[in-house]
Amino acid sequence: MSAFRSLVVKETRHILRDRQTLGVLLALPVVMVLLFGFAIRTDVQDVRVLVVDAARDGQSLDLTRAVAATPALRLVGVDGAPAAIEPALRTGRASVALVLPAAFGASFARGTAEVLVVTDGTTPNYAAAAEGYVRQVVQTWAAQQGARAPTVRVATRMRFNPEMKSEALFVPGLLAYVLTLVSALMTALSISREKESGTMEVLLVSPLRPGAMVVGKVAPYLVLAFVNALTALAVARFVFHVPMRGSLAALLVATLAYMLGSLALGVLISSKTPDQRTAMMGTLLGLLLPTLALSGFVFPISSMPAWIRPVTQIVPATWYILAARGAMLKGLGFTGLAKELIVLFAMAALLLVAASRSLKDRL
Amino acid sequence: MSNAPAPSFDIPPGTAVWARDLTRTFGTFVAVDALSFDVAEGEVFGFLGANGAGKTTAMKMLTGLLAPSSGEALVAGINVAADPDAVKRRIGYMSQRFALYDDLTVRENVRFFGGLYNLPPAVVRERLDALLADLALERSADERVGRLPLGWKQRLAFGVALLHRPAVVFLDEPTGGVDPATRRQFWETIYATAQRGTTVFVTTHYMDEAEYCDRVSIMVDGRLAALGTPAELKARFGTDSMDGVFLRLARNG
Repeated sequence: MSAFRSLVVKETRHILRDRQTLGVLLALPVVMVLLFGFAIRTDVQDVRVLVVDAARDGQSLDLTRAVAATPALRLVGVDGAPAAIEPALRTGRASVALVLPAAFGASFARGTAEVLVVTDGTTPNYAAAAEGYVRQVVQTWAAQQGARAPTVRVATRMRFNPEMKSEALFVPGLLAYVLTLVSALMTALSISREKESGTMEVLLVSPLRPGAMVVGKVAPYLVLAFVNALTALAVARFVFHVPMRGSLAALLVATLAYMLGSLALGVLISSKTPDQRTAMMGTLLGLLLPTLALSGFVFPISSMPAWIRPVTQIVPATWYILAARGAMLKGLGFTGLAKELIVLFAMAALLLVAASRSLKDRL
Repeated sequence: MSNAPAPSFDIPPGTAVWARDLTRTFGTFVAVDALSFDVAEGEVFGFLGANGAGKTTAMKMLTGLLAPSSGEALVAGINVAADPDAVKRRIGYMSQRFALYDDLTVRENVRFFGGLYNLPPAVVRERLDALLADLALERSADERVGRLPLGWKQRLAFGVALLHRPAVVFLDEPTGGVDPATRRQFWETIYATAQRGTTVFVTTHYMDEAEYCDRVSIMVDGRLAALGTPAELKARFGTDSMDGVFLRLARNG
């Protein structure tokens, strides 16, 4: 058996034997996607509401007063024509509009009233919360009148997320996060574990070449991370119906480049850290935090202060998220994602060279 | 492997380790200063010194991990500076932590290290059986190494270091943390190994263990301060224990 194959077999055994860690790693993408998809709804305060009152009757005025009296809502204006909605949403004067059609009072009395809630699709979480508030105000008000609640219809004025799925927006970022966790963190831990236990010395004194050692150690994690990416995509697709409008192949190629870069970062971190605990802290602070905060995953890059924006450009996750959003939501393929793919592969190549250098230095 | 010109050294036959003026500097710091000694095949050679005396640096040069700044060393007939990879194939190494993989079974550990040295599976199987019989570990072959008592782990690590039948085996403080009875037992294993012709190069902190070595070298501040059989050294320094020899050297050094 070749030394390289022995190493891959051994490393795979480590992974398979640690059932708990493996279970966590396999469940991680599923749990994360479900968590983000179902549970995370930002608590929204101070929702700016524009009421478009085409009825101007007693009931419509009463409902408008109820909106104004709700603490979480702020009535920014009352207008008679629906044409006011678009500019108000675009300028941000309002984030949601409540449309009360002509003869609202009469239809309300008959129990056939309908109202329309118009939200801004670019901020799906916020829109969903705002819509929920307005809906609740309408229902509470109707109940107080002792009448049947009007049917609430929802319309979305969208910009580029027409299906208004917040899932569609977070899945690319989540992919980046999970891949970083599995590729970089697990690699860093597996190498620093060998340092801690003294087996690294034994490997170094053996005829195994440093290059073969790195590849042999990271290969099983490459497979594991790829499985994770596929799981996350499958859950996003089949549970939340997140679209895949562009090229899946292009997305997977970008994923591969991103994983290689992350694995190299893991090797780099472990070569600078003496033990597993330090490697863990280094990965969390040096890698996972930027992946969350500086990649456009949690905070949009466009709303960051100007001085920090260049920093986001050297975070690999930024480019991966761009590529994943492009492939999934904008329908792009290899041509459309050429820039992102080139940057990702260039980063991976650079990091891999740095990683093997760092190991040689240590010998 | 290497086509480096083999300088003609005048080396007596039956020499396992041969060092002449072996030196390693880090910047202006001289970690190992002109080390010269021979170790014969099948000898148990003790390599002593206080922490920071240069033992580890010297070991790293002899095991092909660190290139010498100057001087020459041959291990198993191979020049360590010219062909460190060939040296690595001919030596065994056991770290002071009995480094094995705790989450793998005895069998899996042996297979892995066999594969690391490119041994054919049939050979690994045969040597595994012999090793298990030798250690009376047959029934624990599929137990995880982490569950073995320390003494057994130590002997298993030694067996693994010898799996590819190296000409020289380097033991880095191989008896740390085990009880005296187990230490004594381990030295029996070392003798048996040396008797079969394997050279044993051992570092230790225990002065009573230095007595067990055929010859002992003591490093002080990067230099070889003393070299001889335990009896010779005790006579030369006028003391009745290796502890006394060591203390005298450390005080004068």
